Amino acid sequence: MIKQPKRILTLLTSVLILVALFPGSAVAQGSDPTDDDVNAIAKQLYCPVCENIPLDACGTTACEQWRGIIRDKLREGWTEDQIKAYFVDQYGDRVLAEPPRSGFNWVVYIVPLLVFVGGIILLYFAFQRWRTAEPEESSRKGVKRAADSRNSTDEYISRVEEELRKRSKG
Amino acid sequence: MKKILIWGGVVLLLLILGFGLIQSQQGQIGRGELAPDFELKSFSGETYRLSDFRGSVVVVNFWASWCDSCKPEAKDLEAAHKYYQPRGDVLFLGVDYVDTEPEALAYLDEFQITYPNGPDLRTKISQAFRIRGVPETFIIDQNGVIVHVQIGPFRSLEDILSIIDPLL
Repeated sequence: MIKQPKRILTLLTSVLILVALFPGSAVAQGSDPTDDDVNAIAKQLYCPVCENIPLDACGTTACEQWRGIIRDKLREGWTEDQIKAYFVDQYGDRVLAEPPRSGFNWVVYIVPLLVFVGGIILLYFAFQRWRTAEPEESSRKGVKRAADSRNSTDEYISRVEEELRKRSKG
Repeated sequence: MKKILIWGGVVLLLLILGFGLIQSQQGQIGRGELAPDFELKSFSGETYRLSDFRGSVVVVNFWASWCDSCKPEAKDLEAAHKYYQPRGDVLFLGVDYVDTEPEALAYLDEFQITYPNGPDLRTKISQAFRIRGVPETFIIDQNGVIVHVQIGPFRSLEDILSIIDPLL
């Protein structure tokens, strides 16, 4: 039992060493970035020329040039965030797959959340109304049904009585 | 209170959608409209502000090195620039749209373009002119009013001169 925390500690230390050795998607300066390294960043960017196609999947010359820039910047040792900031500086916020959380862009994040929460609140109230309306309606229906059956029984009994009276006279 | 909140939310949502729709449906800037002011920092480092050139005819050409249909007019634009250069009252400005600098500079070198050219940083200028693609050229008169919008390339040098000459 005592050995287990030691084992966990060793495992955590190994993980930390590994993380320190391979820091995310940054490529060591001077090394040649692979296509995967380039595409990892490219898929988070959109070229304004070919709308709705992420940069990693776009085949136009403009997009090829952009991927070339990503490769060059990675080669120079730039981080993912630095490269994305460079593209935003050059071509504007719209190149980002996810708009930055600032200014009017907040609308993109807040409106869907508001609609979702509003929908849940609406559904909650609607279900509550249905639940209270249903027993009332069913009890009202029950009373009506009972009254109907009582009326029909009364009618039947009076007819039987009348028939009996006729026969006794006869 | 509940109803006010719900309707308020619906109205807000519709306003946002309407605003987005109006923006996306806005057509191109056209003839007779005042050209939007902009600042262009050229590849060689000088800054050009459109409003500083009132009194001159300004030719604003949007292009990109990856744009094949920009190439046929590149030499004609440079020839027109050279033709009007001695007068000093016609300015040509090249706005490089969504491009990469090494390729853009190679393009300018290939077509020996000497008039000022610079990148459209954050695509601010192209958005202000609401361009739909490249090449597109706006010819602006001495009062800052757009007098000609060329969608696609000019066919020849004469084509360009025939639009600018009557303005001088």
